[in-house]
Amino acid sequence: MKYIDAAQVQKKMGSRLFANNLAKTLFFLATLFGLLVLAVLIYRVLADGLGSLNMGFLTNRLSTDPERAGIMGAILGTLWLMLVVAPVTMILGVGTAIYLEEYAKKGRLQSFIQTNISNLAGVPSVVFGILGLTIFARALDLGSIVLAGGLTMALLVLPVVVVASQEAIRSVPQFLREASYGMGATKWQTVKNVVLPASIPGILTGVILALSRAIGETAPLVVLGIPALLIPLPEGIFDRFTILPVQIYYWTLDSALVAEYANLAAATIVILLIVLFAMNSIAIIIRNKFQKRF
Amino acid sequence: MAVLTDREKTMMKQETQNAEETPKRVVYNTKDLNLWYGEGHALKNINLAINENEVTAIIGPSGCGKSTYIKTLNRMVELVPTVRISGEILYRERNILDKNFKVEDLRTRVGMVFQKPNPFPKSIYENIAYGPKIHGIRSKKILDEIVEKSLRGAAIWDEVKDRLNQNAYGLSGGQQQRLCIARCLAIEPDVILMDEPTSALDPISTLKVEELVQEMKKDYSIIIVTHNMQQAARISDKTAFFLNGEVIEFANTDKIFSNPSDKRTEDYITGRFG
Repeated sequence: MKYIDAAQVQKKMGSRLFANNLAKTLFFLATLFGLLVLAVLIYRVLADGLGSLNMGFLTNRLSTDPERAGIMGAILGTLWLMLVVAPVTMILGVGTAIYLEEYAKKGRLQSFIQTNISNLAGVPSVVFGILGLTIFARALDLGSIVLAGGLTMALLVLPVVVVASQEAIRSVPQFLREASYGMGATKWQTVKNVVLPASIPGILTGVILALSRAIGETAPLVVLGIPALLIPLPEGIFDRFTILPVQIYYWTLDSALVAEYANLAAATIVILLIVLFAMNSIAIIIRNKFQKRF
Repeated sequence: MAVLTDREKTMMKQETQNAEETPKRVVYNTKDLNLWYGEGHALKNINLAINENEVTAIIGPSGCGKSTYIKTLNRMVELVPTVRISGEILYRERNILDKNFKVEDLRTRVGMVFQKPNPFPKSIYENIAYGPKIHGIRSKKILDEIVEKSLRGAAIWDEVKDRLNQNAYGLSGGQQQRLCIARCLAIEPDVILMDEPTSALDPISTLKVEELVQEMKKDYSIIIVTHNMQQAARISDKTAFFLNGEVIEFANTDKIFSNPSDKRTEDYITGRFG
């Protein structure tokens, strides 16, 4: 007596295979939807923007005249902003990660800090804008300069860097630390000579991804009070500034008044996408190059 | 040599407690050591006196506390957050469990070789130079000398002298382990702790490490944890048998393996359990 009846199996086979194919089709369509939307988006942006994209657009200052308007100011502003965000997030983020992974005793306090870092990552960016406005722009009286914007952005992306660095540090095998401690190395010598060199690729990947998030953020800086029309180019971190996504935001807003602004916004989106694509590629290259060394 | 053999013969007849009265000096004296992981009582009233310039083997079944014990000797066990220790471990007459005893200082005198070869993902040269560098040696000339001396000491110099700048991960498992021994020698230790150093190695590499251990006891005191009883019998002068966190028997290796005084030791070494 067999429990599995061959005739029954044959009878059910058709519907089983149909369900199998149906599942495959559904999952494929789900993937296709995202890809299609992205394709349409890129097509629209390119169609609207390519016409306005030329050397002059990249090198000119901002202007109310669509013919003469350029994004040099926004590009420089973005660079200055990164110059503040990168070191601040590196020092604070990696420092926090090292403390939590290597020094902090595993216990209540540590898990409390950990939970709050995760929560911080979920706070809407506009809230960080308000924080930046209150603390950096008003209380410290910096105004809406690069430094204030950069510190605000650094706080915004800090959790990303902390979590990525923690993961990188955690992935360094314990036996390497033991080897170092076993020779009488102090904790700092072990961190400096063994843990950090082994985790730097992961940390860098996290930092670059965080920076590419900062480059694309608009809300915090709009709240901080970035001017809609800023003609002088920023020359340092104490100057007023604008950045690419904010420029896109204002041009889109004003395209109801001047139709050509929509094309300028599209052209700026193309530039921003290229920058983001390049940064993410660098992150992927670093990750692949240093993967699986243990 | 003849005198030594005679002395060893007399030592064989002596009981464990009398071991420290032999002319050899005691390097590690453990007194009433107890250790807990959280609630688990891992080491119970350990009393062991370990002589210098000898190979002391620690055998016992998995989970008997032998690895815990050897890691207590250089306080690596403190990397486990829940650990609690009571008792005394006198290293050269100073209690290493005293909070004033700096672990960095202890571990500079007491080197450790681990179960799995654990070279750094650096060049062979940098692996050996790591220890001297963290202890402040900067001179390239001195570092070169230490690297050569240590690699020779671990009988691996001839195999690696032409590729000192290559990554240590390119070496075979056996070579990596001898590199780790060389790295340990580079800090010029007094004692070398070995935690199952050959368990991840093939028989030929194992043999090389065993020969090396025999060679090194002239200059160092060696404490080796091993799962392999033949290994303990081959290379050690004294053997301690651990079971469930207790020292069941500690005596000359010859005696342990030919005429154990405890039934449990006999059962273990004849393969009845473990």
